[in-house]
Amino acid sequence: MEPKVNILIVDDEEIVRESLASWLGEDGYEVAAAENGARALERLPERDWNLAMVDLKMPGMDGIQLMDEIRKTRPETIVIIMTAYATVDTAVQAMKKGAYDYIVKPFNPEDLSMTIRKIIEHQKLVKENLYLRKELKKQYRLHDMVSKNHKMIEIFDLVKTVAKSNSIVLVQGESGTGKELLSRAIHMESPRKDEPFVSVSCAALTENLLESELFGYEKGAFTGADQARSGKMELAKDGTLFLDEIGDISLKLQMDLLRVIEQREFRRVGGTQLIPITSRIIAATNRDLKKAIEEGKFREDLYYRLNVISIHIPPLRERKEDIPLLVEHFLDRFNIEMGKNVDGVAESAMRLLMEHDWPGNARELRNVIERAMVVTKGRMILDADLSLPRPSGVPGAPDSRGKSLAEMEKEHIRQVLQENRWNIIRSAHILGIDRVTLYNKIRKYELKKEPVLNT
Amino acid sequence: MLRKLQVHLRDTFSVPARIMKTMSVPEGSYERSRNQYNSTRILREILKETPPDAIKILGIVDRDLCIPILTFVFGEAQLGGVASIVALARLRQEFYGLSPDDGILFERLCKEALHELGHNFGLIHCNDRECIMYLSNTVRDVDRKGTTYCGSCDSVLYLKTDPWRVQPWNRR
Repeated sequence: MEPKVNILIVDDEEIVRESLASWLGEDGYEVAAAENGARALERLPERDWNLAMVDLKMPGMDGIQLMDEIRKTRPETIVIIMTAYATVDTAVQAMKKGAYDYIVKPFNPEDLSMTIRKIIEHQKLVKENLYLRKELKKQYRLHDMVSKNHKMIEIFDLVKTVAKSNSIVLVQGESGTGKELLSRAIHMESPRKDEPFVSVSCAALTENLLESELFGYEKGAFTGADQARSGKMELAKDGTLFLDEIGDISLKLQMDLLRVIEQREFRRVGGTQLIPITSRIIAATNRDLKKAIEEGKFREDLYYRLNVISIHIPPLRERKEDIPLLVEHFLDRFNIEMGKNVDGVAESAMRLLMEHDWPGNARELRNVIERAMVVTKGRMILDADLSLPRPSGVPGAPDSRGKSLAEMEKEHIRQVLQENRWNIIRSAHILGIDRVTLYNKIRKYELKKEPVLNT
Repeated sequence: MLRKLQVHLRDTFSVPARIMKTMSVPEGSYERSRNQYNSTRILREILKETPPDAIKILGIVDRDLCIPILTFVFGEAQLGGVASIVALARLRQEFYGLSPDDGILFERLCKEALHELGHNFGLIHCNDRECIMYLSNTVRDVDRKGTTYCGSCDSVLYLKTDPWRVQPWNRR
């Protein structure tokens, strides 16, 4: 059922209101009328008006004033100004102020119905566009992360909620799934977004180095400490402190960290002054912490301290629908970074990407795409550009077992055509045959140009 | 021509049709500034003449009609009401500087008569370009229309005329 189209007629002349209403009624539009601006505004909240036909010259509020008022509360309502007097000035003024059109009474019936039809069509398109965009957004973007997977989208929603609080967040997920990106997103969605986001990679440093990195040190605290230095905790100030790979820190540091988090203050290495923590802490790990606790490698009390808000990012292989999205995302990025113009990925190449397991998750995918973009000769990424390990174990070699001569020929021709973007002349040349033969072969094998997944 | 129209209407609706005594064009309906006649005024006069046994009344006027807000109309009808009117002026080829053609005039008259009566029976404009109920703003639109209602309009019409429908006249 088509939604009803609601039209509001505003004119001080009864005959205009009535005849316009009955004329429009014959078209199936739902029409209501008001004799002046004030009445019109009263009727405005009644329904979703698609269109308001407003007389220019009315006692009290004139057409343009009314139009301004309408646009304040119902910006989606399209306004047409009607008048018996055509002057260029008022026409221009009306249009400038946002009237969709300006018609002179009496109207030519064809013009009028055409105009209204155009408006309805336009509104339908706008609505559809908005809807589609919303749908696309379900291919959700949260700062630098994109996904259409429902679990990820739930996580994105969670991020927005979580961002508002100050509680510690523990982000868990395999390596390369975007834990840092997510943590940055939390920061950017929070009131702290203009404050620093300080990142500490706990796995990269030894216990001592990590200690001084985190808490800072006073002059002379140890050999080499020539001057005092602020630790990351201090630098984070009122912003966010991101502790990456927290599962990798030593038990001693775990204990220090636990105390610091509980008391919300710390001392620099070799220092005496207590420094308060005003930053928000987000911790991340790719380790299974529960298992680490069982193995005695992670403190249970620290775990519970950190696990106030827990976010698990699913690995890429559990959300393969995100692969095309991520590919597009990376293509856009790298096109800009490298100053290139790669349009997309060939269908067969995309198939390969979808089949791969991605132990390194999104980071691995990113690297693969980056390499492909450096290597590709044309404007699209082909199978050969991807450095993925082949199922047959031989990188780059097409699977040629058990295929007939005809199949081999078909595959070869298809590959060459693909690589040359179906340029018949060039392909024929490479294959060492003439154009006519190539056309015949294309028809024989029923080859079709494959769509390229475009950005 | 009116007689032919009578037969056509009777056959289309399966309801008897009767030609009434000629009515003169109401004086007050002429609008000098526009050199046209006010359709709504005439319609009101026609309505007054409705015989008690008639369910609908259609007026054919050989003038150019208009309503205040439109430059012209081919006809006007009370949506779901009793009275309707069709203007011949713009259906004539002469209006467009061409030589008169009774055949074309009659065809256009039939279509517009059915269109306005359709409104009387409650039909609104149809998106099907070939349907009688398609809104024709130009004579070209009228010519392009078919001579029948489309399937959906026709079924609505069938329901609406049910109380008054009589058996078809020609039984072979």
